[in-house]
Amino acid sequence: MSSDLIVFLVLSLVAIATALGMLFSQNAVYSALFLVLNFVTVAIFYLLLGAPFIAMAQITVYAGAIMVLFLFVIMLLGAESLAPTNSLPWQKPMAILLSVILGVEAVYLLLNRAGSNLAVAAPDASLNSMDSLREMAMSLFNNFLLPFEVTSILLLVAMMGAIVLTRQEKEAK
Amino acid sequence: MIDWTMWVEWIVKGFVLCLILLAGFAYLTLYERRALARIQVRVGPNRAGPQGLLQPIADAVKLIFKEELTPGKVYRIVFFLAPILTVVPSLVIAAVIPLGTSFNLFGREITLYVADINVSVLYLMSIASIAVYGIVLAGWSSNNKYAMLGGIRSSAQMISYELALGLSFATAIILGDSMNLTDIVNAQDTMWFVVIQPVGALIFWIATLAEVNRAPFDMPEAEQELTAGYHAEYSGMKFALFFMAEYQKMIVICMILATLFFGGYLGPGVDKYPLLGPVYLFAKVIVLLFGMIWVRATWPRIRYDRLMSFGWKILLPLSLAVAFITATGILLADMLNNQLYIWGIPALSIISLFIAIAFIYRDLRRKSHGRV
Repeated sequence: MSSDLIVFLVLSLVAIATALGMLFSQNAVYSALFLVLNFVTVAIFYLLLGAPFIAMAQITVYAGAIMVLFLFVIMLLGAESLAPTNSLPWQKPMAILLSVILGVEAVYLLLNRAGSNLAVAAPDASLNSMDSLREMAMSLFNNFLLPFEVTSILLLVAMMGAIVLTRQEKEAK
Repeated sequence: MIDWTMWVEWIVKGFVLCLILLAGFAYLTLYERRALARIQVRVGPNRAGPQGLLQPIADAVKLIFKEELTPGKVYRIVFFLAPILTVVPSLVIAAVIPLGTSFNLFGREITLYVADINVSVLYLMSIASIAVYGIVLAGWSSNNKYAMLGGIRSSAQMISYELALGLSFATAIILGDSMNLTDIVNAQDTMWFVVIQPVGALIFWIATLAEVNRAPFDMPEAEQELTAGYHAEYSGMKFALFFMAEYQKMIVICMILATLFFGGYLGPGVDKYPLLGPVYLFAKVIVLLFGMIWVRATWPRIRYDRLMSFGWKILLPLSLAVAFITATGILLADMLNNQLYIWGIPALSIISLFIAIAFIYRDLRRKSHGRV
C-alpha cells in the first residue's frame, strides 16, 4: 500500500508542476508540451485507481489526438512566441478573483466535510479485468445510448461546421 | 507482494526485447538495401563481410564517429528531446505483443511476452498516437522551414490515418472478441483473421505505412520538396535515432499485423514446442517486411493533397463499412446460430473494396485534382 502512496505523491507533484509550467511558460509550444505531460500523469492516476481502459483512452484521445491538433495549429499559425499583449485589461483581476473564490470554496468544503465519511470507496479489484470493459460497454450502449448518440451528432455537426467554414473561404478567393 | 525473481524476469525480458529490436533494425536496413537492389537489378552492399552481413556494423561505426552539429538557432531542449521521444515509443510498443505462449526454464514458467494487459490493443493505439510527437517536435525545434513543413505534414498525415487504423483494430477486436492480444491470437487457432477479413488487414497495412511515414506515404521527408523533412538539421547519432525509430516501427507494425490478422505465433507444432512460437512470428514478420520493401521499390510517392483525399475520402469510409460488416456478420452468426453468416463478411468486404477502388478512379484522378 505504501508503494502506491509514494507513486501517488510523486505523480501529484509532477501533475502540479506540469500544470504550473503550462500556465507560466512564455512559449505556446512549451505550454502545450507541459499539458501533454499533465494528461499522461492523469492517465497514470487512472491506472493507479485500477481503470486501465480510461487510462489508455485518456492517452489516446487527449495526449495523442487533441494535443497533436493543438500543436499543429500553434505551429501552423506561428503563434508559439507571440509577445504578451494585454488586450483584455479586466481579465487578470477577474481571473484572480474567480480563482480565489474557487479556492475558498474548496477549502471550506474540505474543512466542513472532513469529519464525515466522504471518502470515495476504492474501486473493486475485480473490475480490473476484461469483464469491466464489457460491463462498461453494456451500460454505455444500453442505459446511456441516447446521450451517446447525441454526443456523436454534436461532433458531426462540429465537423460539418469546420468543413463549411473552410469551403466558403475557398470560394471567396 | 511481488517477489524479486519476478522483477528479474521482467527486466531480463524487457532487455532482450530491446536487443531483438535493435538487432532487427540493423539487419532490416541490410535486408531492405539488398532487396531493393535485387528489384532494381543491382547487387547492393556485399563488400563488408560475407554477403555484406557486416554492413550494419560498419554503418553504425560510421554514424557514431560522425560529427554532430547542433545548429545555432534551434530550440535546444526540444531539439535534444525529439529523437528520444521518437525512439522510445517504437521500443515500448512491443511490450504487449505476445511472442509465444510459455516455456519452462529451471523449473520456472517463463511467458514469452513482457506484459499481458487486458487492454493491450488500446495500449498499442495510445503509444501509436504518442509517437507523432517526436517527429513534430523535431520539425519545429529545428527552426528551419523545410523541417517545419515536414513535421506539420507528418502530424496531419498521422492524425488522418489514425482513424482508419483504429477502425481496422476494431475489426480484429470484434473478430477476436477481446482486447487482449493473446486472446486474439488464440481465437485464430482454427482460421487466421485475414481469411475472414482480408480488407481489414489491407486497411491496417496501408494505414500503418502512412503512420510510419514509409513509401509511398513518405511525404514528411520527401527529398525533392523538403530536403530531408523533419530530420534535415540532425546529424550523427541523433539522425541515427530517427533512422532507428523508423525501422523499429516497421518491425513492430509487422509484428502487430501478424498478431492481429496472421495468427501471431501460431503454427504447426507450437503447442508441443512453445519455443517455435517466436520462430513462426519472426518468419511471418520477414514476409510482411518484404511486402513493405516491395511497395517502396515499385510505387512512386503519392502527392500530398491526394494522400489526404485518399485517407479521408476513401480509406475512412471503407474502414467504417468494413467494421460495420464485420460486426453485423458476427451478430447474425451468433443470433441465428449459423456459422455460414461469417462468410458474408469477406464477401461483402471485398465488394466494398471494389466500390472503394471505383471511387479512387473517379475522385483521385489527375483531372479532378488539377490546379484551380
